[in-house]
Amino acid sequence: MTSTTDAAPPGATSSGTGPEPPPAPHDPDPASLRVVPARHYARWAAAVAVVVLVAQFAHGLATNPVWEWGVFRDYVLSETIVEAVWVTLQLTAYATVLGFLLGTVLAFMRLSRSPVLQTVAWTYIWIFRSIPMIVQLVFWFNLSALYEELGVGIPFGPVFWSVDSNSLLGTIGAAVIGLTLHQAAYAAEIVRGGVVSVDHGQLEAAAALGIPRLRQIRRIVLPQAMRAILPTAGNEIIGLLKGTSVVYVMAIGELFYQVQVIYGRNGRVIPLLLVATAWYVVLTSLLSAAQYYVERRYARGANRTPPPTPFQRARRFLRDLRAAAARRTEPVVPRKPLPLGDSR
Amino acid sequence: MSETSEVMVDVHGVHKSFGPLEVLRGVDLQVRAGEVTVILGPSGSGKSTLLRTINHLEKVSRGWISIDGELIGYRRSEDRRAARRASAEGGGGRRAGKLHELKEKDVLKQRTHIGFVFQNFNLFPHLTVLENLVEAPVSALRRPRREAEETARRLLDRVGLADRADAYPRQLSGGQQQRVAIARALALEPKVLLFDEPTSALDPELVGEVLDVIKDLARTGTTMIVVTHEIGFAREVADTVVFMDGGVVVEQGPPAAVLDDPQQERTRAFLSKVL
Repeated sequence: MTSTTDAAPPGATSSGTGPEPPPAPHDPDPASLRVVPARHYARWAAAVAVVVLVAQFAHGLATNPVWEWGVFRDYVLSETIVEAVWVTLQLTAYATVLGFLLGTVLAFMRLSRSPVLQTVAWTYIWIFRSIPMIVQLVFWFNLSALYEELGVGIPFGPVFWSVDSNSLLGTIGAAVIGLTLHQAAYAAEIVRGGVVSVDHGQLEAAAALGIPRLRQIRRIVLPQAMRAILPTAGNEIIGLLKGTSVVYVMAIGELFYQVQVIYGRNGRVIPLLLVATAWYVVLTSLLSAAQYYVERRYARGANRTPPPTPFQRARRFLRDLRAAAARRTEPVVPRKPLPLGDSR
Repeated sequence: MSETSEVMVDVHGVHKSFGPLEVLRGVDLQVRAGEVTVILGPSGSGKSTLLRTINHLEKVSRGWISIDGELIGYRRSEDRRAARRASAEGGGGRRAGKLHELKEKDVLKQRTHIGFVFQNFNLFPHLTVLENLVEAPVSALRRPRREAEETARRLLDRVGLADRADAYPRQLSGGQQQRVAIARALALEPKVLLFDEPTSALDPELVGEVLDVIKDLARTGTTMIVVTHEIGFAREVADTVVFMDGGVVVEQGPPAAVLDDPQQERTRAFLSKVL
């Protein structure tokens, strides 16, 4: 805890050499005096209290037999669970891609000048944001009750080709459609928010240059809208990953469903919930890391110098540590502050 | 320049209203090929709106604009019956035919002939300087990318920024950004260049570098319409100075006449305030 106080503050050493002349013994110039850092006693006390609490919790995790870490170890990489994780990932991937595609279309419908497109998009968003996902999923599960057959033909006219709706969809298909339609309603608003956040002058400039309309959207508007879209979209995708656990109501073998099946059989509820938790944490962590780098990609040109990634920062920190260690062996203490702090 | 050169930009009886507010009340303006026209006037006089109607960023409420003989934003069609009736009545065929609003696609095509430089530059911040210049020639004119890049580098050299091709706009000063914006407009080889207060968003010490680029363009015979508050620039570069107020052209002529010997009271009042 006290490590911050031993670090020499910039310009603190009084043994200054370098270009300036050495100070006289009783020089009143404040720049030559040693700086005593302010001490934050309350902050230290709070830190100690929090560390004690965290340690208690960690100790409980490790020692309380109810967690049954042995059972956790047996199941966490078992074939059933890994397959279930794969199903969860597939559901997430399909619903994300399809949901954001449909959402983008809906967003531009709402932004279009056609009142018909606007109204249809608005109504869609209104309805699908109003239906709880679980209700909607059960609807899709029972689709065949609603439409026994789905066909292609002339609207209100003859049908050329038709198929039994349940055999077309299957349960996974029904789940993907349910998740997608739900996701699209939210994605539409996220994308629209990003698009309206782009400065109007950008569209005017693109229009003044005669850039074709679709190209304006793809090349000029969307890349800039991405900066506003990504943080919320990241939230949504992570929410969706966890939301796939709702699909257990359709008896699809995703992570949460399989975990329930297993503890229904062997009664080891807590360790199996831990298995699910661990996997959800790992997957969302991967998504968060991906989000960081995608955001960085779309921040090109937004800053004069892009901030370093955590890896770059870590590498620089190690390099500076080594440099500092090397300097410590030298007799001269540099007056220049360490370059640690300039990473912003 | 020479009196015989043809009219490049023809603004005819243009009115423009925003709701109840009438910003342009019948503007007539002719700009000859190779000439520089500077539009002066107090803010709210409609000069920026006029400029924006010329490349159809604003639709006119009444009147028409043509560039190099081509109607902007509309297509004329001959209505034979109306033409016959008109000529039978001896009306000179003025009411013969219809004006069809152009589709956005065609308006965009027309705009590639009209360069526009904005007060706030409006460079694309997520694209490098070179990509900013290459985008429109490649996507709107379907030029090969390599050819467009060559042109872009030549233009950057012309505005003194050859070494900044790979920088992003936010890494440049305001003056440099505006010079890039001018190069971007030139990349389409437009018939006319419109400047909407190109130096108003710049720090005073950066104004000169942008005006120098525009002066250089004037010397090489680019047709330009410049809305500005820089009276000195108008005096030095303009072939014609147009003074606007209250949505109409109050006075126009060579700079010496309009700036040094204005005939209208409103022009005199404006100049006495800004000079």
